[in-house]
Amino acid sequence: MTSFAHLLELEDVHTHLQLKQGVVQAVNGVSFSVDAGETLGIVGESGSGKSMTALSIMGLLPRRGAVVKGRIRFKGRELTALSEDEMEQIRGTDVAMIFQDPMTSLNPVYRTGWQVGEPLRIHRHMKTRASIAAAIGLFKKVGIPEAEKRVREYPHMFSGGMRQRAMIGMGLSTSPSLLIADEPTTALDVTIQAQILDLLRTLNQEAGTATILITHNLGVVAGMCDRVIVMYAGRIVEQGRTEDVFAHPEHPYTWSLLRSIPRIDADEHLPLRAIEGSPPDMVRLPPGCKFQPRCPFAISRCATEEPELITVREQLARCWVTQDGTSLDQAAAGG
Amino acid sequence: MSNAPAVVAALQPIRRIRIPLLELARTHRRVTVSAVLVALLFLVALAAPVIAPHDPLATSPDNSYLPPLSPGHLLGSDELGRDLLSRILWGARVSLPVAFVAVAVGLVGGGIVGMLSGYAGGIADLLLMRLIDALLAFPGLILAIAIVAALGPGLRNAMIAIGVVAIPGYARLVRALVLQLKQMEFVTATRSLGATPMRLILGHLIPNLLNPIIVQISLSAGFAILAEATLSFLGLGAQVPTPDWGQMINTGSGFLDNDPWLAIVPGAAISLTVYAFNLLGDSLRDALDPRLRS
Amino acid sequence: MTTYILRRLVLMVPVAFLVTVGVFMLIHLSPGDPALIILGEDRSPQAIAQVHRELGLDKPLYVQYVIWLGRTVHGDLGRSITTNQPVSIAIGERLPATIELGMVALLWSLIVAIPLGTIAAVRRGSLADQVATGITVAGVSIPNFFIGIVLIFVLSVTLRIFPFGGYVPFAQDPFENIRHVILPAIALGTAGAAINMRFTRSSMIEVLNHDYIRTARAKGASWRRVVFVHALKNALIPVVTIVGLQIGGIIEGAVVTETVFTWPGVGRLAVESIFDRDYTVVQGIVLLAAFSYMAANLLVDIVYAWLDPRISYA
Repeated sequence: MTSFAHLLELEDVHTHLQLKQGVVQAVNGVSFSVDAGETLGIVGESGSGKSMTALSIMGLLPRRGAVVKGRIRFKGRELTALSEDEMEQIRGTDVAMIFQDPMTSLNPVYRTGWQVGEPLRIHRHMKTRASIAAAIGLFKKVGIPEAEKRVREYPHMFSGGMRQRAMIGMGLSTSPSLLIADEPTTALDVTIQAQILDLLRTLNQEAGTATILITHNLGVVAGMCDRVIVMYAGRIVEQGRTEDVFAHPEHPYTWSLLRSIPRIDADEHLPLRAIEGSPPDMVRLPPGCKFQPRCPFAISRCATEEPELITVREQLARCWVTQDGTSLDQAAAGG
Repeated sequence: MSNAPAVVAALQPIRRIRIPLLELARTHRRVTVSAVLVALLFLVALAAPVIAPHDPLATSPDNSYLPPLSPGHLLGSDELGRDLLSRILWGARVSLPVAFVAVAVGLVGGGIVGMLSGYAGGIADLLLMRLIDALLAFPGLILAIAIVAALGPGLRNAMIAIGVVAIPGYARLVRALVLQLKQMEFVTATRSLGATPMRLILGHLIPNLLNPIIVQISLSAGFAILAEATLSFLGLGAQVPTPDWGQMINTGSGFLDNDPWLAIVPGAAISLTVYAFNLLGDSLRDALDPRLRS
Repeated sequence: MTTYILRRLVLMVPVAFLVTVGVFMLIHLSPGDPALIILGEDRSPQAIAQVHRELGLDKPLYVQYVIWLGRTVHGDLGRSITTNQPVSIAIGERLPATIELGMVALLWSLIVAIPLGTIAAVRRGSLADQVATGITVAGVSIPNFFIGIVLIFVLSVTLRIFPFGGYVPFAQDPFENIRHVILPAIALGTAGAAINMRFTRSSMIEVLNHDYIRTARAKGASWRRVVFVHALKNALIPVVTIVGLQIGGIIEGAVVTETVFTWPGVGRLAVESIFDRDYTVVQGIVLLAAFSYMAANLLVDIVYAWLDPRISYA
């Protein structure tokens, strides 16, 4: 294996989806990298392209989707150039992905232990009995009680939190270098959410597995991720270290997101601040900056020219206003 | 709805629905093709007396067993010298009306049961649905044969028998629709829809009601033609010398080594007709599926 | 689970009752006096009255019904009007032939349907899929007796590979038995094949859209593994329902096929009996057909619940 600069590298990736109404540029010019042991958060609303980015990396795009441009390098290997067979060897071994809804993500007619041990049977050619024994170990590692009994049970007998733990165990069974978690806590209760995130964090620290955490919940990112990427309409609009982005967001979208989170110490009579407008129609995007229709800071330039993603103070941001040097907090206070 | 303006307003949405139907025809080829096919079949049935070259019942012993493409007999002639083409064309006049009547019996009978069951609810619903279940306990053909066995062979009894078999399907469908309707009325009554006028409700209702019924009619027409052909083939439906396709296959099957066309042509006719109706019902169901319309 | 079964059985009672009433009415709706059929020439009023008394036809209708029901429940289905053979024996003699035909037909339909349905689903929208779907609609549109006749014409009359009818018991000559059952089984099974194929296809398409398929792919499972291990087991569960109902409806399908191929089964017996005005036999067969269908419905639900671990009817 050639030596590589980053564990995972995306370079100007474009993914298109062919819909009845037209072509959707689900991922538009996305570039970022992940190093070994890092946690990266990708934040955005539905349709922002965050899940599509993950699926592009894994090569699991739906029928009508394809990566049309750009490079995806994992450990120096160009993933888009690999055959389906070669991708199948990487999936579930070196790169693992877990999904949002644990209720539907497990096969209802097979026992959980059998499913969790499956990557070992596929990739390490383990026998069934050995893989179930390994599954017991994995269950214990992810904190599922009564592991010996549980491996023989079917998924519907598990609670949501336990199913997600099983999924995580499944993903880690082959000790991957990279784990992609697509909204792992969205479908769970708040208390369980915290537990799952704790688990992910522990596993990341102990095993050194790089983690990409995809979510629409900024709170999740704050607790877990070293760096964060904010996506909107298929593009990266802000990128940087988590504490920097949270302390002084350089893109109005990030800024509005942070603003809209209700705070416990806020005056209860103040109205909740939502982001104006609605998510963009991905088939008919406006010219210029894609966030402009909803942006409280928009200037005339924003409607006609789309800004580039360039360095603004400590982050990368795609905004004319901040690239000018304006600070969003001050602009909001000033009026 | 004793209010005249409300009635007029309620009728308005029907016009608006027709235009989407034309749109549908353009974008859905299967529907158009099968609809045209069905229309053609009806035309043939209507026009048979005019376009058939011979009298379907006219025997001519000297001209029996003529092969296809013989002069004057495009498809040849049967064992009694009757022109096969004419008998096939007239056969449509037997099969299609039988299907029609059978579907009508099913629709009316099942519709009444379904409406009563749906509106009345309670014990009446329970009892009526058990009756329907009892009908459904018999496999379709068995039930039809049993009824024909009881009433005696013949086209009229075959029509009744097939109609009875079709009743449960319509009964369940109409009952489900009536239950939906009841819910909507309730909602109107509680004014949770705000100031929505009656016409909007009907504008939603009519497509919702009509669509599944149209699909059901098409599919049960296909089944009815098949059932009629089967009954006639067994000798329980149309009797000799009526030019009925199923019955023609029955007689024709005895002459397979002589003249296979006598059995094959009517078989093809049945298959084509049933196929047209089935395709129509299927493609309509796909086209009108609300899930696919977004 | 047992409560579920019991509940279903209880609900079945009124339906079963109505079914028996319906079958009983068969005889009494039909024109013609069974006495006249039995007596034939000698139709003196005394002889007729005598037969009526013997058959219990002089009693009021509901009494006749109760007597008939009582006998039926004990397995006494009366005697054939034409041959005087007990109906249960007449049916019993011919039932194995019908069952054999039905099972082979079912086997044929599944051999065709499951692979084709799976391929059509996996290659959805492709030419193969469209052709397969078109064949499906055609398969249910062509009358099965016509398929039988075409098969006879091509393979028996013209090519003389298969016999065009008749039956040889398996015990007597297994090879000939198979040779005779193939054509009628194909004729009977083709409509079922079309239905099963379409069902398999739609079930498979639905299953392939489920999230756990995506999970399996993310684990690095090949498409072959995904389809045959993960998808198929799920997709076939609803297919079991359809297949079960087809088993329950064996007699129905057999009626026409046995007539075409002169197969000595229960279906052909039914048709012959109708023309012979042998109503007791018809009654017996219709009753059998209805109850086996009802039983199949119940069994299918039970098997479905047993197969899908998620369903618990507690």
